[in-house]
Amino acid sequence: MKNIEFRTAASAQGGLVVMAGVPGVAAGSRVQLRDHAGRVRSGLVIRSANDAVLVEVFEGTDALDLERTWVRFLEEPYKLPVSRDMLGRVFNGSGRPCDGRPPVISADRRDINGEPLNPAARAYPREFIQTGISAIDGMNSLTRGQKLPIFSGGGLPHNRVAAQIVRQAKLLGEEAAEFVVVFAAFGASHADARFFQESFEESGVLNKVVMFLNLADEPVIERLLTPRAALTAAEYLAFDLDYHVLVVMTDMTAYAEALREVAVLRGDVPARKGYPGYLYSDLAELYERAGRIKNRRGSITMIPVLSMPSDDITHPIPDLTGYITEGQIVLGRELSNQGVYPPVTVLPSLSRLMKDGIGKNFTREDHPRVASQLFASYAKALEVRGLAAIIGAEELSDADRRTLAFADAFERRFINQSEDEDRSIHETLNLAWDLLSMLPPESLIRVSEEELAKYHKGAA
Amino acid sequence: MGKILEINGPLVKLELPQTVLGEQVRVGRLGLVGEVISRDGNTALAQLYEDTAGLCPGEEAEGLGWPLSVELGPGLLGGIFDGVQRPLQAMWEQSGDRIARGVAVASLPRDRRWHFVPDPGRRAGMPLFGGEVLGTVQETESIQHRILVPPQVQGELLELAPEGEHTVEDVIGRVRLADGRIEKLHLFHRWPVRTPRPFRQRDHAVAPLITGQRILDTFYPLLKGGKAAIPGPFGAGKTMLQHQVARWCNAQIVIYVGCGERGNELTDVLESMPTLTDPHTGRPLMERTLLVANTSNMPVVAREASIYVGITLAEYFRDQGYDVVMVADSTSRWAEALREVAGRLGQMPVEEGYPAYLGSRLAAFYERAGRVETLAGDHGSVTLIGAVSPPGGDFSEPVTSHTKEIIQTFWALSKELADARHYPAVDWLESFSGYVSSAAKWWADNIDPGWEAARAAALDLLAASEELQRIVNLVGVEALSSEQRWTLEAASLIKEGLLQQAATDEVDSFASPEKQFALLTALLDIHRQGMKLVKLGAPARRLIQMPLLAQARRWKSQHSSDDLEALKAKIAAIPAAFEPLLLEYAPAAPSSAMEEIRP
Ligand SMILES: Nc1ncnc2c1ncn2[C@@H]1O[C@H](COP(=O)(O)OP(=O)(O)O)[C@@H](O)[C@H]1O
Ligand SMILES: [Mg+2]
Repeated sequence: MKNIEFRTAASAQGGLVVMAGVPGVAAGSRVQLRDHAGRVRSGLVIRSANDAVLVEVFEGTDALDLERTWVRFLEEPYKLPVSRDMLGRVFNGSGRPCDGRPPVISADRRDINGEPLNPAARAYPREFIQTGISAIDGMNSLTRGQKLPIFSGGGLPHNRVAAQIVRQAKLLGEEAAEFVVVFAAFGASHADARFFQESFEESGVLNKVVMFLNLADEPVIERLLTPRAALTAAEYLAFDLDYHVLVVMTDMTAYAEALREVAVLRGDVPARKGYPGYLYSDLAELYERAGRIKNRRGSITMIPVLSMPSDDITHPIPDLTGYITEGQIVLGRELSNQGVYPPVTVLPSLSRLMKDGIGKNFTREDHPRVASQLFASYAKALEVRGLAAIIGAEELSDADRRTLAFADAFERRFINQSEDEDRSIHETLNLAWDLLSMLPPESLIRVSEEELAKYHKGAA
Repeated sequence: MGKILEINGPLVKLELPQTVLGEQVRVGRLGLVGEVISRDGNTALAQLYEDTAGLCPGEEAEGLGWPLSVELGPGLLGGIFDGVQRPLQAMWEQSGDRIARGVAVASLPRDRRWHFVPDPGRRAGMPLFGGEVLGTVQETESIQHRILVPPQVQGELLELAPEGEHTVEDVIGRVRLADGRIEKLHLFHRWPVRTPRPFRQRDHAVAPLITGQRILDTFYPLLKGGKAAIPGPFGAGKTMLQHQVARWCNAQIVIYVGCGERGNELTDVLESMPTLTDPHTGRPLMERTLLVANTSNMPVVAREASIYVGITLAEYFRDQGYDVVMVADSTSRWAEALREVAGRLGQMPVEEGYPAYLGSRLAAFYERAGRVETLAGDHGSVTLIGAVSPPGGDFSEPVTSHTKEIIQTFWALSKELADARHYPAVDWLESFSGYVSSAAKWWADNIDPGWEAARAAALDLLAASEELQRIVNLVGVEALSSEQRWTLEAASLIKEGLLQQAATDEVDSFASPEKQFALLTALLDIHRQGMKLVKLGAPARRLIQMPLLAQARRWKSQHSSDDLEALKAKIAAIPAAFEPLLLEYAPAAPSSAMEEIRP
């Protein structure tokens, strides 16, 4: 059947083609369409019955002449040939090389949908990754095998933050990064893609990067394949070749929008804001491919970038993402406008795996409590700042004024750092104590009395 | 034999003339399993528990003759099962890291032998009723598995195996049924998950479930056999709170259902439970725990089933006379699975895409909780705690609002508290419990008659401070009277010294009822003593500077539940800390504080 071309397209509309009279087609099978101009498009069987087969066409159905469309059913799902030679290469959004070099030759071709990892096979991520960024390491730290997205908005420096993480990420005690990087862009601008390419080049890791690019002017439906192809490559590198893989994906919002577009075409019942009810499961199929596996050396650490529509964290895309990922780094417009880089709004940011990867045998004994204290003191300080805005700073008590000074210093000195500043976790924690020392010791009840005595500059 | 007509996502249309609704089917070369959800003449629609990619119209399909059922017998505890009760540990060993499709592995190990001890009261010739105890197997050191007669079996016991080693499939007894047929008995039986297991009658729930979490036990108690919900936006602490309950509660059996959530969270339970000790029995926690897992990347139809698999396992242990807690994380994912299938069936959505029967399904599910008199005449309970994941943290959405009407205990998590890392982020104003008066009786009998009044006093203080905070936010703290400022300070003391309880704090992760009560009354005492001074004219500023306040906030982390003597000594010294101020502001009057500490 693979070699038969059917010319039985019965209807076509917005990316979907109905094929008549093709019995026995496998669900999920790949399809090749040849149009009257000889152009080949690709698609996927999304519903199959003997009398009608529904095909989703990635390049869309524009200008498709039903009488002159020839369709082949390839009887297999989308697959990606995998090999070590992927490193240093650039692929398009459906996994074909687009760097002008020959295709990757490999007999090992993998279904890009992957298979769910057995929860009993997972190993819990516990290794602290130092990113050199205080707001992350000190308060929302990343562990090897974690999925930690960056929630951002238009015009915020998420790309620079992601690139800085890629440049600086290392395990404690490790000299240089021993990661390989899988970079996937969907719906990203050419400028964004170039930014990353150049940043990888500058840090000399280009030969350790695999890129999958579906840019803003490329087929929308293809975006449904791009992260899957990239993650298939990542899984191979991590769990077959033992690499520690850092996956950067941008922009998840473009992905979700593509999914919505297809869902509308299919007539799926919408849940919130027109997004299909299965957006959650679909995103989870991607995000859950991060992690560690028992008895395997490699790992997949994932940093998806996501722009929040209208800066709204309750929008379905960041919301469902936050429900799946192991925390989120939230960038804020206010801090950014004040010139703070990276503009990490720490309160809504979270690393769920932090608690198991920091402290005594991992970073430093006081780390968990220092982080907790910073959160508490900063949250308190923001309340005071809100109050000062109402009643005026002159009306504040001395204690409140000290708290305000702490908030300012925290933002200027702790969160703020330069793009090439790589702080060790000890530097970050010491800096934290410098700032906490601006507050009276008796107000710091989340750290222990011993720690106060040891680190607080004003302690008796 | 039937065949596949159409494949549409997880739904498959079959030509299968004789089938009935709910029947299990096996389809295609891969042998994927699913269940019939609608019928129309000779065709049936089935939802499959596994991904349908690769299935072709025309492939074979067969009805299996039974509904989705679970195997109930020794070998459950300590295990992790998927949404249709396949043993994930065994599957990992057999087929590798990924869950391959069409893998059929028996839920209970077939080769393992168990030491069966028949019930001494059972003799051949005696009548036997469904749900009665045939004998026991010591499954783990802390849990004795009672082997039950399947609920529908009733007749004359013909024979029962003597004490000895048996696999679950060995015949351990025979019964002559009323119609003369002979039924074989095994160490296990099957039960359809969508049918609640029968019991004699419902009992009143009487005892609180002690979770060791102060904001729960002391403020918003749950009873054994009760129903609770934990709604909250992502990151607010639903999962951690459920982990805490699963770890520390005084139930005998814990069923943890990971429904559409993260794989690593189950790994966390699997890795941590064996290393933790049950504070009530001193045994490793894994001995009493079992997990059902359909993580968010596993097929969605099995997600819908996983909740029923979990609750049926819970009922089975209840029927053995145990107090069982089932935590489900998250019921929203289950509701979404329901919605997804309803959507594919073309059923009319009513709110946010959910079908009209969402509310009734939720209610029927929670109705399976409760304390009962079992068929064997024992008492057992199922306590149900469901996490709810409202989109955007909006509690008015359908799943949260329906759930709120069904449950009695509502542990509402707040984003603001979580953002400030005040854990557990249970909102003391939004939460409620309909079980306070029943719990009060238990606290009065077992801990202290003053519990109910102390609880109310603390809540009043928190409510009052909320009012005052509103004023402060408008005009600043200077506008408050000394009395009001002291109220604010005392409320903050309660929040930080009592309500806040980090799961990661080794000393304070679990607090016994005694410790909870000691801290509660101690902090209230500080409030009272201070208020007395304020009324005597002491400015709140002076009180707030007292080192006692910072110290008292640390007590919870300094004294574990089995080291209460030292804590009590500190508490006894509270009046002395106020002594200097008292001398200053009431020099003429004889010190009332001195009287209090006099023997
Ligand atoms: N009781 C608690 N004690 C300490 N930390 C907590 C507690 N509850 C939540 N946290 C912190 O918050 C994070 C998110 O909690 P989690 O339970 O996963 O949230 P949710 O399930 O509501 O999304 C955890 O990883 C942990 O760091
Ligand atoms: Mg959770």
